[in-house]
Amino acid sequence: MQIYLPIAEVSVNLFVLIGLGGIVGFMSGLFGVGGGFLITPLLFFIGIPPAIAVATGANQVVASSVSGVLSHVRRRTVDFRMGLVLLSGGIAGSAVGIWVFARLSASGQVDLMVQLAYVLFLGVIGALMLQESLRALRRRNRPGTPARRTHEHSLLHRLPFQVRFRTSGLYISVIPPLLVGASVGFLSAIMGVGGGFIMVPAMIYLLGMPTKVVVGTSLFQIIFVSAFTTVAHATTSFSVDMALALLLILGGVVGAQLGAQAGLRLKAEQLRILLALLVLVVAGKIALDLLIRPAELYSLTPGRLP
Amino acid sequence: MVAGLSQSSVAITARFEGSQILIYGAVRREAPPPASPPLAVIVTVEGPSEPVTVRRKDRRFGLWINTEAAAVSAAPTFYAVATTGPLEAILSQTEDLRQRISIPRAIRAVGIAGDVTDVASFTAALIRIREAERAYLIDTGAVRLTEDTLFRTDVALPANLTEGSYRVRIFLLRGGRVIDWNLSEIDVRKAGLERWLTNLSQREPLAYGLLSLLIAVAAGWGASAGFRLIRA
Repeated sequence: MQIYLPIAEVSVNLFVLIGLGGIVGFMSGLFGVGGGFLITPLLFFIGIPPAIAVATGANQVVASSVSGVLSHVRRRTVDFRMGLVLLSGGIAGSAVGIWVFARLSASGQVDLMVQLAYVLFLGVIGALMLQESLRALRRRNRPGTPARRTHEHSLLHRLPFQVRFRTSGLYISVIPPLLVGASVGFLSAIMGVGGGFIMVPAMIYLLGMPTKVVVGTSLFQIIFVSAFTTVAHATTSFSVDMALALLLILGGVVGAQLGAQAGLRLKAEQLRILLALLVLVVAGKIALDLLIRPAELYSLTPGRLP
Repeated sequence: MVAGLSQSSVAITARFEGSQILIYGAVRREAPPPASPPLAVIVTVEGPSEPVTVRRKDRRFGLWINTEAAAVSAAPTFYAVATTGPLEAILSQTEDLRQRISIPRAIRAVGIAGDVTDVASFTAALIRIREAERAYLIDTGAVRLTEDTLFRTDVALPANLTEGSYRVRIFLLRGGRVIDWNLSEIDVRKAGLERWLTNLSQREPLAYGLLSLLIAVAAGWGASAGFRLIRA
């Protein structure tokens, strides 16, 4: 069954859209990533214009994050205090990022910058996560060896402004989470994504938060980042397609619930291995696009040269 | 020549799946027609024009990246040509230049700008990509001409239509020269919910953005509450 999307001005299959929303929502509930880094390329693939895909993807991320975060709230696995600290850092970082993005757009090579940033960050983060979680899994299977704490940052405990984050079981300075939030906000403004896939590993490895709290807390702060992005796109480029968003949301919220359920049945190490593999696949795909000669060397973008 | 269209307007609703337009007409004459050369008919349907930027990728430092770009000032979003026979046989170069009938002529290549060395390869790429998307098409032999008097053809407007006024031109040709032509228009407009959403997104962007957010939050909450009910 086809549906004509009013803003995108293309006609697409209804069930394909609901299905896409469902897949991305499932990932989101399972891993605590917004899924922006998945939904945007998938929408390009089915023929949605890039600007509309980015803006509408952000709107869908709001819905699946709300759906996911609510089930985490009920299980008390959201660290609100940590979420707010990360968010305030994130807003500052993304303001700087938007400014840098505008500078890069003027120079004309913003596409390449974005793609290289994706390959670099996704590749490095994915590889590190995979290596660490495989090691953790092996240790778990070989009882007797003492488990090593993943965070041994003595510096973390010597910085001023120590705050207790009860849900995470941490008593650390607010400076590291602020910095993490700011750098993720900066990167996500440049790369046009919510930044969950950077935030989640950063919370686990840099801040030493327990994996079960990380997912809910990451979703909590993604809601605000992507809500801001949605309204910004709607008012500046009129590129949010409500009909498209609605269908993606329909699939997405259900998927997010199923994902959160599935997450309960997996061990933390297994969850991290799966996320690492997903991140590596996306990085590999983008790297191949840069390295392999494209079938069509030319591409069309509506509008005049900037 | 007298000509008509099966419909003069197309309404795009949510369930729009494309539209068939029947274009028909008859040749009116005061004197008996000359025996040769034979009569030919060309029908073109042209969607609203928009500027397009064409970019080319080149290999730099082992990576395929966008290098050169050219801006085409106006290219139709849709262009279909239906004919009674092969275009090169029934249409002369000069008439094509004057009336802009064939696809390369319909794109105003004169309006191409940018620091590119070979403009031709950029316009060729534009046509190639649009033809692959079935946005530009030539349908040779799709116009049926009966007794050198009555003609008719069907043009299929695809589901991915841009809003605007679609120009329908009918040319009568003899020996490669246009002897008569006719212009009519099809008005393609969004209707119903599609119309309402488009207007809202452009006139009240902040309200539209907030409404999108509200829907997202409500749907997220609804799904969470719904699943809790199912499990309880």
